[in-house]
Amino acid sequence: MEALILTILLTSVPLIFAATGELVAERSGVLNLGVEGMMLMGAVSAFAATSVLGSPYVGVFAGAVAGAVTAVVFALFALGLATNQVATGLALTIFGSGLSGLVGAPFVGRTVDGLPVFAIPFLADIPVLGNLLFKHDIMAYMSVAFLVIVALFLNRTRAGLVLRAVGNNHDSAHALGYPVLLVRFYAVSFGGMMAGLGGAYLPLVLTPHWSEGMTAGRGWIALALVVFASWIPSRILAGALLFGGITIMQLAGQARGWTIPSQMLSMMPYIATILVLVIIARNRRFALINSPACLGRIYMQNK
Amino acid sequence: MISMTPRKDISLYRTFLTPLVAILLTLVIGAAIFDFLGFNPLESLYHFFVAPISRYDGIGDLFVKACPLIITATGLVFCYRANVWNIGAEGQLVLGAIFAGGVALAFPDWPAITLMPAMILASVIGGICWAMIPALLKVRFNTNEILVSLMLTYVAALFIDWLVRGPWRDPMSFGFPLTKMYTDAALIHRIEVPFIGMLGQLHWGVVGALMLSLVGAFLLSRTILGYKVRVMGDAPRAGRFAGFNPNLITIGVMAIAGGAAGLAGMIEVSASMGQLQPNVSFGYGFTAIIVAFLARLNPVGVIFAGLIVALAELGGDNAQIVLGMPKVVTGVFKGILLFMLLAGETYNRYQIEWRRVGPQSALREQ
Repeated sequence: MEALILTILLTSVPLIFAATGELVAERSGVLNLGVEGMMLMGAVSAFAATSVLGSPYVGVFAGAVAGAVTAVVFALFALGLATNQVATGLALTIFGSGLSGLVGAPFVGRTVDGLPVFAIPFLADIPVLGNLLFKHDIMAYMSVAFLVIVALFLNRTRAGLVLRAVGNNHDSAHALGYPVLLVRFYAVSFGGMMAGLGGAYLPLVLTPHWSEGMTAGRGWIALALVVFASWIPSRILAGALLFGGITIMQLAGQARGWTIPSQMLSMMPYIATILVLVIIARNRRFALINSPACLGRIYMQNK
Repeated sequence: MISMTPRKDISLYRTFLTPLVAILLTLVIGAAIFDFLGFNPLESLYHFFVAPISRYDGIGDLFVKACPLIITATGLVFCYRANVWNIGAEGQLVLGAIFAGGVALAFPDWPAITLMPAMILASVIGGICWAMIPALLKVRFNTNEILVSLMLTYVAALFIDWLVRGPWRDPMSFGFPLTKMYTDAALIHRIEVPFIGMLGQLHWGVVGALMLSLVGAFLLSRTILGYKVRVMGDAPRAGRFAGFNPNLITIGVMAIAGGAAGLAGMIEVSASMGQLQPNVSFGYGFTAIIVAFLARLNPVGVIFAGLIVALAELGGDNAQIVLGMPKVVTGVFKGILLFMLLAGETYNRYQIEWRRVGPQSALREQ
């Protein structure tokens, strides 16, 4: 049982990273559908850096940088050239999947030593809870820390207020003298860095190897998680654990020899995503009260 | 700082020029990436874009590769024109293949004259069914069609995997995940061109694809349905004032896209595979999105765009064999191409200038 909960926690870490980053981007009014591509670039860079330089910590850094750089490509087009955000995000996912496969080709079949577990002194000695919560790798702590920081940033700081203002009404924000595009650029880059970290977690902790398209739709599930969380950071944690739970339940079911075909079990995270989207969308006020009013709308300076 | 001024009208030559420039820029950037990764850029480009069509059969294969792309993209054009973001054509394609395959396997003794229409109908229904899930959920509950249609793509892939490994597996297949071979009546045959003979794998489905995109062009530009689709996409408020029902249009365009994708799935299996297998589509549903944009959302343009993108796909196969590059490398080209096309669209609509930011520019704005 304890092992099961532990794996659920680990499975939800990449989702927490990616969804938290995307939430910040969306709160600034930018819909970046390229999460899957950014995660893949983060994953391959993290694996390659770890494999070549031998340190998983360098891998974490490389994943973050790769994700951010990929996001900057998106920003150049979607913000700089005011292209359609949906199509640009798709382009980023296609591009990221292709480039990560090309870069990662020499690394297929290799393995690396993943991130070591770092037990927090004293806290890790608490019975049961210590094992579950305080004996993880450094990235697992980071994911929660980032979530808390983002929640505080958005709701308790002036900069967070500006970011939300830009996302809710870019024309008013511009009239007040805020640099709309610059704020969005930072938000998108941060989102990319987080997606890169989420991607890096896959080869560094979950499965210590690289394979093409290893994110298997996690980027898209992260996008759905933002809707699930109705753009409130704290709800991402619940959502990510829920999805992690569903994913692991499927694996556990297979291990216990449930008579349901494995493919049907593998469908569960995707079907659950659809169901969750329906349940959230049914209650319009709940779904839309925090949704950024300018989400996906094009803003042009000096128009 | 970039400043953009809307152009008053878009000249015709820009409409044709921008896709060409986009392709050219894609090649240059692609070559640069190859160079950076240690491949010889010119040699790579040659194996990608010249070698595959340097023989007669290559041209036939090009059309074969373009066939599912042209059919699927023609349907997607309707969606994107109406601002409905169906990106799950891949799943709809798989469902079409499954439905048609079910008919082919259930009635092995039917002659082609009844079996073929039944399979076509089944594939269209299959694609429409899968597309109706995101469409109806969007209309009824206002869910996001992007995410729902995409999630269903994963479900469809797992579903066909289960079918060909489980209930539909041929007991004589020695454990391979394959269904029984289709009977001859369920297959789409190759075309014998007069004087030349077989042109690679060129088959009758290609003719169907070309006709379909012409029908699509007619529907979009000459019928009231097409008019409504265009109005809802360009000016939804005006459309609502005119009394057009946005929900019906959403359902309609999703049905067109789903049906087309389903048909593409059936043709792909009947012409190239002859039986169902776990992978009936190699990302055609996603690639068709790029085809639709390269065609500037015009059904006739889809034919040319389909051929161009098909060349990149063939090139990817060739580069895999000759240069040992992974298959996904075409994704790099496809992604860059889509970026360039979108940038070109901005360039078409706006006059772009680089302006120094500073007091001067502030003054000029006054």
